Amino acid sequence: MATWQLVQYVVTGITVGSIYAIVGLGFTIIYSVTGIINFAQGEFVMLGGMTAFSLIGLGLPIPVALMLAVVLVTLVGVVFNLTAIRPAGRASSITLIIITIGGALFIRAVAGLYWGRDAVALPPFSSGASLSFLGAYIRPQSLWVIGITLVLMVVVYLLLNRTLVGKALKAAAINRRAAALVGIDARMMSLVSFALAAATGAIGGIVIAPISYASYDMGVMLGLKGFVAAAMGGLTGVWGVFLGGLGLGLAESLAAGYISSSYKDAIALIFLFAVLLIRSRRLVAGEEAAA
Amino acid sequence: MLSLIRGRVKMLAIAALVVLLIIIPLQGNAYYTSVLIIIGIHAIVTVGLCLLMGYTGQVSLGQAAFYGLGAYIAAVLSKTYHLNPWLAMAVAIIATAAFAFAIGFPIFRLRGNYLAMATLGLGIIIWILFRELDWITGGQPGFLDIPTLSIGGFAFDSDLSFYYLVWGFCIAVMFISQNIVNSRIGRAMRAIRDSESASQSLGINTIMVKAKILALSAAYAALAGSLYAYYVGFIDPPPFGFLFSIRLVAMAVVGGLASIWGAIFGAATVRLLTEFLHPFGDIDTVLFGLLLMVIIILSPQGVTRGLGDIWRRLSRRLSPS
Repeated sequence: MATWQLVQYVVTGITVGSIYAIVGLGFTIIYSVTGIINFAQGEFVMLGGMTAFSLIGLGLPIPVALMLAVVLVTLVGVVFNLTAIRPAGRASSITLIIITIGGALFIRAVAGLYWGRDAVALPPFSSGASLSFLGAYIRPQSLWVIGITLVLMVVVYLLLNRTLVGKALKAAAINRRAAALVGIDARMMSLVSFALAAATGAIGGIVIAPISYASYDMGVMLGLKGFVAAAMGGLTGVWGVFLGGLGLGLAESLAAGYISSSYKDAIALIFLFAVLLIRSRRLVAGEEAAA
Repeated sequence: MLSLIRGRVKMLAIAALVVLLIIIPLQGNAYYTSVLIIIGIHAIVTVGLCLLMGYTGQVSLGQAAFYGLGAYIAAVLSKTYHLNPWLAMAVAIIATAAFAFAIGFPIFRLRGNYLAMATLGLGIIIWILFRELDWITGGQPGFLDIPTLSIGGFAFDSDLSFYYLVWGFCIAVMFISQNIVNSRIGRAMRAIRDSESASQSLGINTIMVKAKILALSAAYAALAGSLYAYYVGFIDPPPFGFLFSIRLVAMAVVGGLASIWGAIFGAATVRLLTEFLHPFGDIDTVLFGLLLMVIIILSPQGVTRGLGDIWRRLSRRLSPS
């Protein structure tokens, strides 16, 4: 095998893995605050890409369109929390799973009706030829993806660990009642976590759309892969998700390159089982503590 | 006394349903009959999901995979290997149930959210196999010319005969499930749903019970899948994918997760909505998403039970006390 080929696969893997990390970040934020796995997370990503596409189509300058798309998807996250999550209160995990699945189905179907079934592409963030590195080609958009992912990770890390909002989120996650006693509204924190997760998801959808296109049905697989990244990171910290996403992206791209691309999605699923079963003891313990 | 009356009412309702099911197809509209056949097939899968989700409290977001396994095993054995279709069906059911039972042991170490993700992943893996193992399954273009079922010289090749076959199976599955729910294992199932740790402390082998119920629900799904394959005579991957798994959850939720006979209502509602809304594109999927959220928030017992509650509240308010 040629070196340039390997380098090419690694670059692709890191790019795609960064996206998985961003999607996984949304799962982690919501789960660590509310104990909910948001099955609609992948749909936020889809909405980000598709909304940005439509706004650019309206003739808005690209940076404005992208930012507006993030704001709009964040609003969707807020509305979803207010209309579907809040009324359920402290429901069982089966109920919450069905609610977020219903939300995912709803968002996806509305997107399918509105945007149609065709995949769309965003223009890359910067023009320019691909860079050459050890014989492999690196698209400028790949660098954008990796850079934005890193910045996003750092921002979310600081937000969760160095700000008052972050402390409030953590407090609500650790002990709802004690948090309420010091004036932290757990329902508000749940809302904030959904808004944050929707915003990060939208950013993920926007940065990947110039490379791998966006379509109404991209949410399921991206959501699942993001979840794998988050679960590999233990669904708690920011950096675990980051490494999980990179690991998954690399494994997938190498397997697609050297084995067969038709089983590319199967790699993520095998990872999913491996993670779930290896970590099952810890995960179940966490689940019981949350209940 | 009250429970006796309630039991009588239930028996009467079931008898009325059976009579209705016998009479309905005699109206002779081929389209209605074919819709009812599909409803019967879906109701069989839904009951299994109700046993698993409603009574045992375990999520499955991959039930369509068992349905697909039943369809593909029956189709491949009867067409490619010329096995008798009934025998192929039996093998499909047993093999799918055995697979589900085996996979139950590792998978049921997980709970709640993680179990949901694992079953979702399992469903997608099996779906990918249907698509990629094209030398066995026919892949994307599909698998054609599946033989039909027959007894002696009588072939179930008309919609009317297939209708009675499907609903015969469906009613049998309902009665079996009702009996299971009222038996020792049924009590164990509900105990696990309410508290897994408490059930363990009472000496219930929780993983074994959960694996058995998963196997049973997979057997139902495989039965329904093989009926589907023999009825349509053609299978391809799309009907066995992730969306159908979610649609099955919708059927179970609409009918009431912990309601055996509600499964028929759920399957019928979801199917009829799809049929009516078909001309308007994918509106039905939008509606199922909404239905799932609204029903589970407002009336987690299902629509039938929910309406019953409203009726009871109303009649209590109206009756002079």
